[in-house]
Amino acid sequence: MKEKLVLIGNGMAGVRTLEELLLLAPEKYDITVFGAEPYGNYNRILLSPVLASEKTVDEITLNDEQWYIDQNITLHKGKNVTRINRAQRKVITGDDLETGYDRLVIATGSSPYIIPVPGHDLPGVITFRDIADVNAMLDAARQFSNAVVIGGGLLGLEAANGLMKQGMSVTVVHLLDSLMERQLDKPAATLLKTSLEQRGMHFLMEAQTKAILGDNRVKAVQFVDGSELPADLVIMAVGIRPNFELAKSAGLYCEHGIVVDDTMQTYDPRIYSIGECVQHRNKCYGLVAPLFEQAKVAANHLAHIGISRYEGSITSTKLKVTGIDLFSAGEFNETEGDEALVLQDPSQGTYKKLVIKDNKIKGAVLYGDTMDGTWYFQLMRDETDISDFRRTILFAQHDLGDAGHGDEKTRVMSLPDNAEICGCNGVCKGDIVNAISQKGLFTLDDVRAHTKASSSCGSCTGLVEALLAGTVGDGFDATPQKKSMCDCTTHAHDDVRKTLIEHNLKTIPEVMNFLEWKNPDGCNKCRPALNFYLVVAWPDKYADDYRSRFINERAHANIQKDGTYSVVPRIFGGETSAAQLKSLAEIAEKWDVPTVKFTGGQRIDMLGVKKEQLPGIWGDLSNAGFVSGHAYGKALRTVKTCVGSQWCRFGTQDSTSMGIRLEEMTWGSWMPHKVKLAVSGCPRNCAEATIKDLGVVAVDSGWEIHIGGNGGIKVRVTDFLIKVETMDDVLEYTAAFLQLYREQARYLERTAPWVERVGPHYIKEQLVDNTENRKVYAARFHKSQKYSQDDPWKQRAEGEDAHEFTPLKLIKEVA
Amino acid sequence: MSNWIEVCALEEIPPMGARVIEQMNCNIALFRTRGDQVFALNDRCPHKGGPLSQGIVFDTRVACPMHDWIIDLASGEACGPDNGCTNTYPVKIENGHVFITLTENATAAA
Repeated sequence: MKEKLVLIGNGMAGVRTLEELLLLAPEKYDITVFGAEPYGNYNRILLSPVLASEKTVDEITLNDEQWYIDQNITLHKGKNVTRINRAQRKVITGDDLETGYDRLVIATGSSPYIIPVPGHDLPGVITFRDIADVNAMLDAARQFSNAVVIGGGLLGLEAANGLMKQGMSVTVVHLLDSLMERQLDKPAATLLKTSLEQRGMHFLMEAQTKAILGDNRVKAVQFVDGSELPADLVIMAVGIRPNFELAKSAGLYCEHGIVVDDTMQTYDPRIYSIGECVQHRNKCYGLVAPLFEQAKVAANHLAHIGISRYEGSITSTKLKVTGIDLFSAGEFNETEGDEALVLQDPSQGTYKKLVIKDNKIKGAVLYGDTMDGTWYFQLMRDETDISDFRRTILFAQHDLGDAGHGDEKTRVMSLPDNAEICGCNGVCKGDIVNAISQKGLFTLDDVRAHTKASSSCGSCTGLVEALLAGTVGDGFDATPQKKSMCDCTTHAHDDVRKTLIEHNLKTIPEVMNFLEWKNPDGCNKCRPALNFYLVVAWPDKYADDYRSRFINERAHANIQKDGTYSVVPRIFGGETSAAQLKSLAEIAEKWDVPTVKFTGGQRIDMLGVKKEQLPGIWGDLSNAGFVSGHAYGKALRTVKTCVGSQWCRFGTQDSTSMGIRLEEMTWGSWMPHKVKLAVSGCPRNCAEATIKDLGVVAVDSGWEIHIGGNGGIKVRVTDFLIKVETMDDVLEYTAAFLQLYREQARYLERTAPWVERVGPHYIKEQLVDNTENRKVYAARFHKSQKYSQDDPWKQRAEGEDAHEFTPLKLIKEVA
Repeated sequence: MSNWIEVCALEEIPPMGARVIEQMNCNIALFRTRGDQVFALNDRCPHKGGPLSQGIVFDTRVACPMHDWIIDLASGEACGPDNGCTNTYPVKIENGHVFITLTENATAAA
């Protein structure tokens, strides 16, 4: 028989836990849900747009009743659980319905705090928490004209904005002298107040409520100084309190909330708790992103996987008032020892402040231009050292060499529905917005799975994130997390890699076993990554797992859209000869190659070769002296050169020879992603070395080495590493840089994002400042090359992996 | 009912791998899982016709090499949220030999 799981609280945190659980263990439990509200699960954070008539209740519904039926979940809506009998393991509702449980999840959320002043219970005094409150407000707006909102925090301002949109005259009363003091510093709060005043909102600051006046219905609000404000509707929005009375009455340990450990378990091991009602490591959360993280952890333990831990969240806030962009995270008021970077442009209504300590971001407040909020938040979470770009950090991420799509959530949101967002998959803005609102998507991964937008080259990721943020508001799970490698594991790339070295794991099954992979086969995401990490860790011992290679690396050729392959022989440094060209021409003719084309990397591409022809054509190429160009691999691709001092009247050094030596040293090496090098013979840089993974530019006195460039998806100009004197120096630095990249970048991370992530100064520290270290890395690269500079084409022409290239035939028919 | 046609010995298909049977109209991909189950599907992804036989095999699924659609080997169906289905063929293994019939499974007649 299935175990019984009961969920008290049909809100976002509780139902998210069920969704996560159903993904992990769909058949494990008989599930019963109790919800006090007479609705299915809806997106509470979108109540503000409902109040502002920008959305309907249907539009913010996450799980309708059919969902519960489809999942075989018993839903008791509109029922309050009043008691938990832990000894007999059952919950009891107000109308004496008893339900037994094996596991219980308490997700009772929070309630608005009501100031206990005289008159607080008069009709017309309400809070802003659920659909009933919104309906009461909409109702009042139709009959009355004066509203007073007590509380100038996030929720109060959103309520005030909604009521104003409904035509009421609204005054916000705030106890302190600055709005949203928990999210904003004074300058930002002043900008916000001015902007809201321009829209017609009134404010009464530093005012303490003494009483609410009225007979049958509220008439006015009275303050401590004796003044009064007329009011037909009073909204109390001064804060929330975790709902833990039920848990407490059942004898569960509570302080400010229900106390849980890192597995979201309460003091009763059969009972879990998540959401706004819990207290975890002395913190209570009232935002959605942490709740979702908690839900994931609780589901993991309910499914008996038991390896996931919640370690607390750093949160960020945005205000959901249309037309006002505001972002805040971390410690935004500087204290002693902190520095504040501030950019203020009053006429444009923008304000940006970053609080910095030891070159790391501690907090951020953005007003007017919040485009870079997610980025600052990521830098803060990752504790990235910002010294490399500190001078420009306030001027937006795209000023740091991101020449992608530029700025503005607002601009993206105001695009027409048929504007193409994802150029790879042809996905328009309307498709994305519809998928987000109709399917209730919250994360970038959700949107990628459902629409394919941003799932290919990723250059539109910023735009898709902007659409997510604009469509779901705070529901957008922008919280950067340590991402797991794939759904087969909860471990992140760097952790897996560290573990396989520390514990001496030498095969993919060993790694999966040790780290308790959920799926013994892994998947098409994790297996190629593991294979690469093992290749780098154990160059002399690891036997490459052919089945974990993407087809291009398995067949050593590039698969084309019609299933044929392309063949690109290596032409060292791009320098060829008449004899070489002649033999290529003869081979292309002999095998009837449909298309022959020059590549961008100074070599020759033969396209349209059938798979079974590959070993034959490779045999001929091998006999003519060619080796594989690895144009198909996460590997060293080309070394592009200009002619240099041998011919060019401007050339300062022999760049072609340098390129050939570099390619001879590096060919055959597997990399986290493709790697392209270039050598230019003078600063005119005809080989375009400054948009390569590693570029060498000759000057009269030696060679400049540049790193981390990219000419593709997002153009990035290289960072200058060092100037050296001799060709041998260039070779040593290149070997060391490539090995550092191989050992430390994540699989499928190109040098450009890697250099940005770790910072160019880190690479200088490792390779320039520390000579010993550089020599060690270079030596490890050369050791690895001993095992990888074995031409894969020659091996296969001689019969290796023959089954890969030979189709089967039907043998005989039997009755 | 159906006519079984012998194709190859089981060990001619690499575990967690595939072989291709060339056919006039549409090639057939023959997959072998780690647990030695064998599946036969049209070698065409329902998305844009990519050759499924060239994909990475895990569990009873294959990732199409073209655009990463995941196809269930037993049903031929794309795994959600993608939608689409490729034809499957009955397979049997006898004495280490693999047989298929060229009548498409009814469930996959979409």
